[in-house]
Amino acid sequence: MPQQRPNRLFRNLHAKIAAIPMILTAVVVFAGGSIWTVIYSFTSSGLLPRLNFVGLAQYERLWWTPRWLVSIENLFIYGLGMLVFSLVIGFLLAALLDQKIRFENTFRTIFLYPFALSFIVTGLVWQWILNPDFGVQGIVRGLGWESFSFNPLYNPDIVIYGILIAALWQSTGLVMCLMLAGLRGIDEEIWKAARVDGIPAWKTYLFIVIPMMRPVFITALVIIATGIVKVYDLVVAQTSGGPGISSEVPAKYVYDMMFSSQNLGQGFAASTMMLVSVLIVIIPWAYLEFGGRMRRG
Amino acid sequence: MKSIKVFLTATTFMAGAASANAVDLEVTHWWTSGGEAAAVAEFAKAFDATGNKWVDGAIAGSGNTARPIMISRITGGDPMGATQFNHGRQAEELVEAGLMRDLTDLAEQEKWRDVIKPASLLDSCTLDGKIYCVPVNIHSWEWLWLSNKAFEDAGVPVPKNWDEFVAAAPALEKAGKVPLAIGQQPWQIGGAFRVLLVSLAGPETYQKVYGDKDEEAAAGPEVAKVFKAADDARKMAAKSTVQDWNQATNLVITDQAGGQIMGDWAQGEFQIAEEVAGKDYSCLPALGMNDLISTGGDAFYFPLLDDEEQAKAQEELAKVMLDPKVQVAFNLKKGSVPVRGDVDLNAANDCMKKGLAILAEGTIVPSQEQLMSQDTINQINDLMAEFFSTPSMTPDDAQKRFADIIGGAT
Repeated sequence: MPQQRPNRLFRNLHAKIAAIPMILTAVVVFAGGSIWTVIYSFTSSGLLPRLNFVGLAQYERLWWTPRWLVSIENLFIYGLGMLVFSLVIGFLLAALLDQKIRFENTFRTIFLYPFALSFIVTGLVWQWILNPDFGVQGIVRGLGWESFSFNPLYNPDIVIYGILIAALWQSTGLVMCLMLAGLRGIDEEIWKAARVDGIPAWKTYLFIVIPMMRPVFITALVIIATGIVKVYDLVVAQTSGGPGISSEVPAKYVYDMMFSSQNLGQGFAASTMMLVSVLIVIIPWAYLEFGGRMRRG
Repeated sequence: MKSIKVFLTATTFMAGAASANAVDLEVTHWWTSGGEAAAVAEFAKAFDATGNKWVDGAIAGSGNTARPIMISRITGGDPMGATQFNHGRQAEELVEAGLMRDLTDLAEQEKWRDVIKPASLLDSCTLDGKIYCVPVNIHSWEWLWLSNKAFEDAGVPVPKNWDEFVAAAPALEKAGKVPLAIGQQPWQIGGAFRVLLVSLAGPETYQKVYGDKDEEAAAGPEVAKVFKAADDARKMAAKSTVQDWNQATNLVITDQAGGQIMGDWAQGEFQIAEEVAGKDYSCLPALGMNDLISTGGDAFYFPLLDDEEQAKAQEELAKVMLDPKVQVAFNLKKGSVPVRGDVDLNAANDCMKKGLAILAEGTIVPSQEQLMSQDTINQINDLMAEFFSTPSMTPDDAQKRFADIIGGAT
């Protein structure tokens, strides 16, 4: 389109010049690095990158490796749980805080505080809380319920939920704050109008306020989604992939392959698959979001 | 205020004076448990005595955590003065890429070929006829450490071999003990499996499977026996929830667990806890089923440095590490065996003497790090970690996947 309207290219020239370093970074570091990774994922690179192509062998091995399949399954459960629960809990907390309650600032600080901790600290704290000997289970048993059992981190079937709990504890505060800002941005007049029409509060939230908060939801969604794909440090701190391989995640597979197993090719193949999965989510969304606007504009 | 100034000036001068003839050399390693740290302090002491300065670069975790950091520093152009690796193929590609220093001249001058026993240790440091590393100790994986007190509490005699140990497991459980302590990290579980393989299936099968990567042997009846034993082991270790190996060793030291399959570095922990071999704890080489050990171990590599003074200090450090006195002091603390055949080891305890006797007899096998790439080892570790944590996975299934990994290994 710039060719048809060349004058647009020179509009806001200063801003465009100022953006050049960032554009270069994006193109060279992100795009260039991604392309380099994809190319080398077709080689048999070991500890150091080498250009001896082996076709799809790395991908074949990847999809035959049980650990990778477990990682994908875990990412799926974790991702779905994170999306649903952090949006729902975050919105509910925000709606409750929005009822003009007392000590709102205090509550907001308390809820947001976990976000100030790194995933490593969060992971360690929850490793202790969920430890059967010192944590929740130990305390409840100490109170007299001898048969009480709450031991997610040592049960291969539910360990990923133990990690999900820690992640939710850390990140819902941020979602809540975003939602609260969104709620405050809704005009008082709309609430008044809804009250005049006799619409109950929950219906107002569901059918009027939430659709109006679409941009906030999308921002929250993007922040949560990027956090999901790159989840790594939390797992390392909390379970280091255990018990066995039952809480492995793709990012950890990539790291272990590239650095511990000294098999770069396999690591690149895995990270390429991660890139593809992100693109599958991003492209339709970007098309809907920006494609439509362009046609309108 | 004035005194502080004087102090600062004095220390500045001291630092200046020291750096005139001494060179700081950073040495990275992953020796961080109590016994290991005590051992590495012996190296530091001996190196500082030469007028240089040992800058300790300990990286906590295990080799699997530390190696990526070391490798990325070397490949990223920020090499340290010297770094630990296990003998074998871990640093192969770094050497091929010309990032490591060739030590052949020094080796000839110091006659390493003659003093280092067994010679296979030096062979693992050799690529295309050139020597690239200094072996500092001999470690063997094939040990079963047993708490005498735990068996006493359970009312059964201390086992003499693996079969007796398995038979004693129910009694231990009844006495509220964990029969077998294993840390949850995959390398420990994979390591226990390797010990079962070499001990129960024998050195020929071990060589065929890990050395020649014979897929048929890996799927064969000899290895099936090993998977049966691994099945026993995972039942015995079901209640072991610790992560690090020294925590597992600690369960044995405090008599909460019957035994642990772990390399001879565990001995350093027993020593720090002032336990006496034979009285407080027992050790069985090759699980008491065979009289053999593998001879892997740690070696130091010296990245290529531009600075000539530092290069000289590297040579100095290499010499110090192989000095007979330092070798004895280091290895006694570490629980490992010196790489020199010509040192005096009267101070060695019962367990170390067992190891020395086997070494003298020469019934040794190469370690898995010498035979396989780290990639294959990690695949086996992952498989074993999955097997141990998934009770529904049968030994047959696990063996089939094991054979696949061996078949695809390089």
